[in-house]
Amino acid sequence: MSAYARLVHAEWTKFRTVRGWVIGMLVAAAVIVGFGLFPGMEGTCRGANVCGLPVGPEGQEVTDVFTFVHRPLTGDGTITARVASMTGARPDLTDSGTGDVAGVVPWAKAGLIVKDGTRPGSAYAAVMLTGAHGVRLQHNYVHDLAGSTTSAATPRWLRLTRAGDRVTALESADGVSWTGIGTVRLTGLPATAEVGLFVTSPQFTKVINASSASGAPSKATAGFDQITTTGGWPAGTWTVATGGDPDAVGGPGAPGGPGDPDVGNRGPAGGSRPNGAEETGGGFTVTGSGDIAPAVAGAAGLGTSISQTLVGTFAGLVLVVVIGAMMMTGEYRRGLIRTSLTAAPRRMTALAAKATVLGGVAFGIGLAAAAVVIMFGPDILRGNGIYVHHVSLATEVRVVAGTGALLAVAAVLALAFGVLLRRGTVAVTVAIVATVLPYLLSMTVLPIAAGEWLLRLTPAAAFAVQQSTPRYAQVDGLYTPSNGFFPLTPSEGFGVLLAWAVAGLAFAAYRFRRRDV
Amino acid sequence: MIVVNGLRKRFGSQTALDGMTFSVEPGQVTGFVGPNGAGKSTTMRVILGLDAPDAGTALVGGRPYRSLSRPLCHLGSLLDAGALQPGRTARNHLLWLAHSQGLPGRRVDEVLERAGLQGVARRAAGGFSLGMRQRLGIAAALLGDPPALMLDEPFNGMDPEGIIWMRRHLRGLAAEGRAVLVSSHLMSELQDTADHVVVAGRGRVIADTNIAALLESAGAGRVTLRADAASIDAAAGVLTAAGAVVTRADARTLAITGLAAEAVVSLLTSHAVPFAEVSSHRATLEEAYLELTRDAVEFRAASSPSSSEVTR
Repeated sequence: MSAYARLVHAEWTKFRTVRGWVIGMLVAAAVIVGFGLFPGMEGTCRGANVCGLPVGPEGQEVTDVFTFVHRPLTGDGTITARVASMTGARPDLTDSGTGDVAGVVPWAKAGLIVKDGTRPGSAYAAVMLTGAHGVRLQHNYVHDLAGSTTSAATPRWLRLTRAGDRVTALESADGVSWTGIGTVRLTGLPATAEVGLFVTSPQFTKVINASSASGAPSKATAGFDQITTTGGWPAGTWTVATGGDPDAVGGPGAPGGPGDPDVGNRGPAGGSRPNGAEETGGGFTVTGSGDIAPAVAGAAGLGTSISQTLVGTFAGLVLVVVIGAMMMTGEYRRGLIRTSLTAAPRRMTALAAKATVLGGVAFGIGLAAAAVVIMFGPDILRGNGIYVHHVSLATEVRVVAGTGALLAVAAVLALAFGVLLRRGTVAVTVAIVATVLPYLLSMTVLPIAAGEWLLRLTPAAAFAVQQSTPRYAQVDGLYTPSNGFFPLTPSEGFGVLLAWAVAGLAFAAYRFRRRDV
Repeated sequence: MIVVNGLRKRFGSQTALDGMTFSVEPGQVTGFVGPNGAGKSTTMRVILGLDAPDAGTALVGGRPYRSLSRPLCHLGSLLDAGALQPGRTARNHLLWLAHSQGLPGRRVDEVLERAGLQGVARRAAGGFSLGMRQRLGIAAALLGDPPALMLDEPFNGMDPEGIIWMRRHLRGLAAEGRAVLVSSHLMSELQDTADHVVVAGRGRVIADTNIAALLESAGAGRVTLRADAASIDAAAGVLTAAGAVVTRADARTLAITGLAAEAVVSLLTSHAVPFAEVSSHRATLEEAYLELTRDAVEFRAASSPSSSEVTR
């Protein structure tokens, strides 16, 4: 047996024979599980109020609510129209505000769409003028291609052509000279698709601070004219489908989100027009509210993510970090460090063995606790009437393993602080300030930007391993830490913690090797 | 077994070791004596690789301690019996040490028995008396069945029964052929234990000698004669004639050097000089030590000489 293996065995014996440490680790797991299985959250998705989100062709939960002026198109064909005007209204979310504020929200959309029927979540391709993001070609909810940066105030000609399973989008300022935006492929699009004009305008949200926000639906109205069609259009008239209509696009409205008291959901912006369409001379005036986009978890979107079930991680981390620091400082306090180094005079091996045992135990604790939480926690939330976004098994595995790794590496960092600082209170304080405090501050009181910087720079960046739903550039979600969105990707965030731990342990090893004890 | 050569170490402006050089041989107990601050504990920490010397070497069985793969099988040591995790049981304390050396749990039970701790093996070490902690420390030192042992002030704070146990134990370990180095700041503690003594002062070795030679050098013996005033001059004459140096202490007392008490008695008897009492002052280890360290001590503990008397 190598010296390292013997010392790992010895450190394991040391760990398991101090009852306080073993109990502390088990309590850490219990706390994580407790927060996950006994959430203090209630939602409105219960009883008769069944919640559900449509699922897009690529598997994501999506929002598919808009006003649709459509006709069936069989085979290939083209539709051309000019968005002559685009206006909107959003609720006034200032403290004193009561009415509506005129203006188009940035991701309000007005344009042309080819869609596989009117079933929510069906495949589509659409070219649109947006409130503040210019002209876009989007398809199947998650794909977004930018065209020109035309403002909503400028009339814009749009054209959509279906050829087989390909849809090509063009735009023009005058209807004479056209610019291509791109071509997308809608696999499995049936011979007859619903094609026409659409308008929608997403939920408007205002961030109040790190843990609260206010939001309400907005509305957009677009004037379409110069509508021409070529190709396989059977004779017939335009049909209007409105998002709010139970039988039409979008289904039974928005599913209930978590009853989060911090998110004030006010009534929708009234505006002068109800959602719908009105035929005008040679065109339509269409008013819509909703979105055609991936559904985003969090206060601004719908429901929550599985990350919510792991909110107890910080409390478990406190215990793990305290034990990690004290496994070292306890030896200094009692002079036991001399006994340890007399038994293991090769100090690097001794330190490596201690870090291995501590990291291994913390990883196991974190892994087991997170696995239990992810296995049962989301269903418990759903039972409480909260909509929880579905994630892939791979994401679940990453969140569970990442939680274990977060605890393990943070514990080793705390051990390094213990070696460097030697005094328990000092080392424990520094370790908690470095790992847990930035997370708590960014979740609660700090301005969002400041909190996000903490979650980029401090060891708490590794909480990013728990982000379970993606952010989308084409959705103005509340991508804040308290809604489960971190400024770094899981691997980047974990990398930040790892870098801290490697640097801390290397410095600790350097000092430990030379120091008299 | 343990060879210390030219160790030097400074802590800031304080010189702790100033060329400390000695060796510890197997089969005997070597006392490592000196006043507080003489560098005994620092030397032991350097031998164990806990402190790095500024110069010099310390070897255990010919190798630096830090290079030993299973160090507890080469040198068992006890520096601080109080260095224990209070919640851990005695057996578990020994168990992790055993595991660190790849030794089986059976070995733990053996040393527990040898140290007389079987009865308290599963009690938390935090509740142990100092004597029990010293025994636990001895058990830990013996775990690897090492050919050399090194104990720092093992008698400190022990009750008389514990001191007797410790002395017997140390003698027994040396009798098994082990090299045993025992430090103490009180020479008297080593009186009936050590075969050899290394006396340290101000970071270096003042004397490195076996106990018998030390005692001989320190006091060839001083004899006091008490007699009647009438016969005291006759006695002085006889003894001076026999080559002794005689000093008149008072009207009835002579101090004699250069003759053993037995020789004084037989001379006076054969010359028919009456006398009341002849007493021989044999130098104690403590006196010999004080004499050696007179110049080297930084701190001297009060002590009183003892005497043994031959009375007639």
